[in-house]
Amino acid sequence: MKTAIFFWVKKMKYDVTVIGAGPAGLAAAISADKNGAKVLLIEREDKLGGVLKQCIHDGFGLIKYGEKLSGCEYANRSIDELMKRDVSLKLRTFVSKVTKKKDGFNLLLSSSGKLENIETKKIIFATGCRERTPKQVAIHGSRPAGVFTAGLAQYYLNVNGQMPGRKCVILGSGDIGLIMARRLTLEGASVLGVYEAKDSPSGLTRNIYQCLEDFDIPLYLSHTVTRLHGRNRLEGVTISKVDEKMEPINGTEEYVSCDTLIVSVGLIPENELPKTLDVPMSKYTKGAIVNQYYETLVNGIYACGNALHVNDLVDYVSESGEEAGKFAAIRDKSDAETIDVNFTSDFGYVVPQKIVKDSETATFYFRTSRIRENAVVKVYNKDEEIFRKKYLNLKPPEMEKIKVNIEDVSEIRFVMEVSK
Amino acid sequence: MIDKTFTCIVCPNGCKLNATVLEDNKLVVTGNKCIKGIDFANNEIFNPKRMLTTTVKTTFNSMPYLPVRTESEIPKEKVFQVMNVLRTTVIKRQLKVGDIVIENVLDTGINVIATMNTEEKRYG
Repeated sequence: MKTAIFFWVKKMKYDVTVIGAGPAGLAAAISADKNGAKVLLIEREDKLGGVLKQCIHDGFGLIKYGEKLSGCEYANRSIDELMKRDVSLKLRTFVSKVTKKKDGFNLLLSSSGKLENIETKKIIFATGCRERTPKQVAIHGSRPAGVFTAGLAQYYLNVNGQMPGRKCVILGSGDIGLIMARRLTLEGASVLGVYEAKDSPSGLTRNIYQCLEDFDIPLYLSHTVTRLHGRNRLEGVTISKVDEKMEPINGTEEYVSCDTLIVSVGLIPENELPKTLDVPMSKYTKGAIVNQYYETLVNGIYACGNALHVNDLVDYVSESGEEAGKFAAIRDKSDAETIDVNFTSDFGYVVPQKIVKDSETATFYFRTSRIRENAVVKVYNKDEEIFRKKYLNLKPPEMEKIKVNIEDVSEIRFVMEVSK
Repeated sequence: MIDKTFTCIVCPNGCKLNATVLEDNKLVVTGNKCIKGIDFANNEIFNPKRMLTTTVKTTFNSMPYLPVRTESEIPKEKVFQVMNVLRTTVIKRQLKVGDIVIENVLDTGINVIATMNTEEKRYG
């Protein structure tokens, strides 16, 4: 007689499970543990730190530590802090499925060919963002080797020590593209130019200055790559001027000979899993809609860092992780009313998008939709002005943070007044 | 006489500066909204400095390249020379964040330090 043996494995149970161990996830796990929760941190790679592992350049941590650190050093500080805490850690582990239960969630984890189920009361999504790929920007021509996203080129060069190419063209003026322009130049490649379809740079001013101007790398605004040339390896690209609608202008084509095209055309929050749970997303941020506690519209699910909205400074990523971790650990269901945060088209977005009427203040992050000089940002509760701040300069690449007193508000509206 | 325009990067205002060096080495700056712009222009013209971050080869399989940086800013004109030194450097011993990789690189008085631990810490 054959005997079947059944193992009844007791499911591990946690208060807070953090998905993703980049800066947001590390901060969230540390903070949830500090606030008394039993925490699990899940990371699909075999090292902690997320994208910071390949960010060898400096400029990280000015707000959080008052020092200019490299990305690796910044990550190391969070990792050291995590090691002092009582957080369960699963590396090389992928979350395959999340199921909502009566009092929390069931997570199906996959790791080295093994499957495991765990239970958690709350989930924090700290899954970061992904690069928009060359396939998401229409370029004609063949598909030769030598076309990279900026982050991939950064990984090859900084982690593997492999040069992506020798004669490089960069499409898009996002920060990683600018930083790669400098990095490739330092390593002996020639960077022929950075081409940006918009009429203003996407990256931070300090990167335009220190990564391009320092090395005499030209920046061409209102230009884009319209065709790739080459059979096996890239041999050149066609560059065209674009009009105000960013459509290429016929007759402005120019051929540039190069062996590498680096594409830095933006980042998109990663939210595949929350979407399976019907977590409502914002069309402005491409991340989840949250309240001031970083909780999404699905009870018990939180979001922070670049999964929530793409930040320009890691310090803010950690800050949102810390807040999400704290509130996931200490908050109970609230019966207070939730109201919308409205804003005019002068804003790219405002986060959080919802306010639960049970706190005195709330921190908002916003971006302007275009470059503004001498602008006044005002926040209204119906017709009453509850906040105002003057800005000499507002630029879409630079996120702003304000703290607003929201006691007894019934409607929140962001307005921008522009002189001239 | 030197005439130079650049963007001040001290704060997010990003003033467009125009700096002129007169014959007696006196600096005239226009376009700055505050005094920091003058200091910035002064440094950029007479003593420009930059932080250098790069990687150096190691003998470790788990981490073939180690991220490093200069401990503080070095003269801008030395950036490529320091890169050449670091290109021929090979790390053979275990290092931690902040450990010195090269002391007083090219007599700048500034050390090159590791910005990651070499030993492969496998957590969890």
